[in-house]
Amino acid sequence: MRFQLIGVNHKSAPLEVRERLAIPESRLPDTCRDLNAYPGIEEGMVISTCNRVEIVAHTTNGHADLRGFLHDHFHLKPEELDAHLYEFREKDAVRHLFRVASSLDSMVVGEAQILGQVKEAYATARAIGAVRGQLDQLFSRAFAVAKRVRTETNVGSSSVSIASVAVELAKKIFGTLEGKTVFIVGAGKMSELAARHLMAHGCASIFVANRTYDRAIGLAQRFNGQAIKFDDLYSTCDRADIVITSTGSPHAIFRREHGEQFLARRKNRPMFFIDIAVPRDVSPEMGKLDGIFTYDIDDLQQAVSSHVADRRKEAELAEAIITSEVERFEARLQTLDVVPTIVSLQDHLETIRQAEIDRVRGRMGNLTPEQEMAVEALTRGIINKVMHTPITTLKTAAKESEATTVVDVVRRLFNLRDKEAPAPEKKNEVGTRP
Amino acid sequence: MSLLWLRFALGCYFIGLVYAFVALTRTSDLFSRIALHAASLGMVFHFVSLAELFLSGQVVWASVHNGESLLAFLSMTFFMVIYAIYQTTSPGVVVFPIVFFLTFVGAVDQQPVLLTQFVSHKGWLIAHIILIFTGYAALVLSFGASLLYLLQERRLKAKKSTSLISFLPALEVIDQIGYRSLLLGFPFMTLGLITGSIVALTTYGRMDFLDPKILLSLLMWAVYMLMVFTRWNSGWRGRRAAFLATFAFVAALAAWAANYFSAIHRFAAS
Repeated sequence: MRFQLIGVNHKSAPLEVRERLAIPESRLPDTCRDLNAYPGIEEGMVISTCNRVEIVAHTTNGHADLRGFLHDHFHLKPEELDAHLYEFREKDAVRHLFRVASSLDSMVVGEAQILGQVKEAYATARAIGAVRGQLDQLFSRAFAVAKRVRTETNVGSSSVSIASVAVELAKKIFGTLEGKTVFIVGAGKMSELAARHLMAHGCASIFVANRTYDRAIGLAQRFNGQAIKFDDLYSTCDRADIVITSTGSPHAIFRREHGEQFLARRKNRPMFFIDIAVPRDVSPEMGKLDGIFTYDIDDLQQAVSSHVADRRKEAELAEAIITSEVERFEARLQTLDVVPTIVSLQDHLETIRQAEIDRVRGRMGNLTPEQEMAVEALTRGIINKVMHTPITTLKTAAKESEATTVVDVVRRLFNLRDKEAPAPEKKNEVGTRP
Repeated sequence: MSLLWLRFALGCYFIGLVYAFVALTRTSDLFSRIALHAASLGMVFHFVSLAELFLSGQVVWASVHNGESLLAFLSMTFFMVIYAIYQTTSPGVVVFPIVFFLTFVGAVDQQPVLLTQFVSHKGWLIAHIILIFTGYAALVLSFGASLLYLLQERRLKAKKSTSLISFLPALEVIDQIGYRSLLLGFPFMTLGLITGSIVALTTYGRMDFLDPKILLSLLMWAVYMLMVFTRWNSGWRGRRAAFLATFAFVAALAAWAANYFSAIHRFAAS
C-alpha cells in the first residue's frame, strides 16, 4: 500500500486559501495529467469541491513529494500553504478517503453531495487513464463503503443540508418566507436544492440567471420561475429577497456598488445572499452594507456546527464501519500480492498432474469413462491436499509482514521463479461507477 | 392606597427588570414566561392604582410622578399589544427597565401638586396628557425596537450561530414592531401637542416659543416626523434609524426634564 493523500478542507484552511487551490471542472483533466507526470507518482487524481481540494496518489515508493507538486502547480510558497495542509499515507490515506466518500469529513456530516462529487472526480481521472490499478480498487472500495455507511447508519437521514440551514437563516432575517422572492445565479445542483427548500417554506417566486441561458430556462421551468438573461442580472436582482449564487466566476460578481444600488432600489429592505461558490461570488465588502446579509460556505458551516452533535452517535457507528473496512481493504490488497504465486503454484502442479497421467495412460490400457473420472478425481484430490497447506500459509502470511519471505520460499521450493504469473482478474464493485 | 398598589406593581416589574438583564446573556423560555406573568400582574396593580387616583376626584394627573406612572402603564400596554401580535417578549429588554424606572420614581414619593391655572380646561388637559403619553409610550417602543434591530443585525452579521440569536425575533419582525409603533405614536404625539397648545393658548392667551418646554417639544416632534418620513420615503433602518430614534428619545427626555425649569409648563415646583 503506497497510497498518499494531501489536501486542504473546510476545517484545515480558510476560504481564502481554498479559493486559490480550487480547480475548475474544465481544468481538472489537465491537473490530473500534470500530477501523473510528476516524479514518483504511479497513479494520481484530484478531488476539488467547494470544501476541499485533495490529491490522492499511488506512488512508487510511498514518499512522493506531493507538497512540491502543490507548490509548483498553484505557484504557492510553502509558507502560504503548508500550515493548512494535511497529509496521510498508507492506511491513514485509505481511512481519510473512506471518511470523505462516506460524508463523515463533510461540513455537513451525512450530506449526500460529496459522494457524487468524488465519483465525478474519479470518472474524470479514469477517462484520461490516470486511475488504473491500485487507485481504481481504492475508489471502488470507497464507494462501496460509503454505500454501506449510508444504509447501515442514520448519518445521512437526518442530514442538515446547506439548504435547510439557508432556510433557517432566511427565517432569522425575514421571519416568514411567505411571498418572498428567490434569485438563483448560476444553475448548480446545490443552489437548486437550496431553492427547492426555500420554495417549500413558502417563497413565492423565483428567478434564474445563468451564463448559459438555456440552462437558466430549464431550471426556471422546473420551478415555474422566470429565466433572466445574465446581462440583466444587476437590473433585476433587487427584486429578490434571497439570492443564491454559485457561479464558476473567478472574481466576485456582486460588489459593494451593486449592493448599494440594490438597497437604494429596494428602499433598504434587507437582502440575503447565500454564496456557495468557491471562489466567492459576493465580495466581503458588500456584506458590510447595512441590510445586506451574506453567508458564504464557511459561514454556513458555522451555522450547522450545532447540529453536528445530534448525529455524533450515528457518526461513531459509521466510524466503526470505516475502521473495519480499512482493515478489510488492507488485507485484501495484501492477499492480492500473493495471488500470482498461488496461481503459479496451481499451474505448476496442474502441469505435473497432466504430464503424469499422460505418462501412465499407455500402461493402463483402455479405461471406461467411469475409470477416467476416478483417475481424475484421485489425482486432483492429491494435488489439492498437497496445495492446501502452502496456499493457506501464503494467505495467512499475506496479512503479516513476513509475506515477502514466504512468497519467496514457496517460489524457490516449487521452482516458480521463472514463470510469469498471470495478472489477477480485476473486479469492479457493482453499481459504484458514476 | 393608590401608592401601595403602585408599589406592588413595582415589585412585579422588578422581575421584568431582572429578565431584561438575564435575556441579554442567555435564553430561557421559562424565565420569559415568568416575566410576562409578573408584568401582567404588575399591570393589574398598576391599573388599580391609577383608577383609585382618578376616582379620588382630584386632577392629580398633572403631577410629575403620576404622569410618569401613567406613562409606565401605557408603555406596558403597548408591550402587551405587541406580545399579543408577535408572541415575543424581547422588546421587554428595553421596555421593562424604562417602565421600572418610571414606576419607581412614581412609587417612591407622591407630590400631588395641582396646576391651578389649568383647572378651567380640565377636559383638554386630560386629553393632552393621555394623547402625549401614548405618543411617548409608542416612542419608547420604537426606540427599543430600533436598538433590538441593531442588536439582531449585528448578530446576523457576526454569523454566530449561538442561542443568543434565538431570543430575538426575526429582523423584519423587529422592524415591523418599530415601524408600527412609530406610525401609531405619531398622530397621538401630534394631537397631544395640539391639545397642549390649545390649553396654553387659552390659559395665557399667547405661545411663548422661546420657552424650553415648547422648544424641546417641537424639536422632539420634528425628529419624530423625520423618522416617519425617512422610513416611509427611503426605508431607513438599522444604524441610521437607531440614531434618529435615540435622538428623538433624548429629545423626549429633555422635553420631560423641561417641566422642571419651564415657565409655563411646570408642575411640582410652582
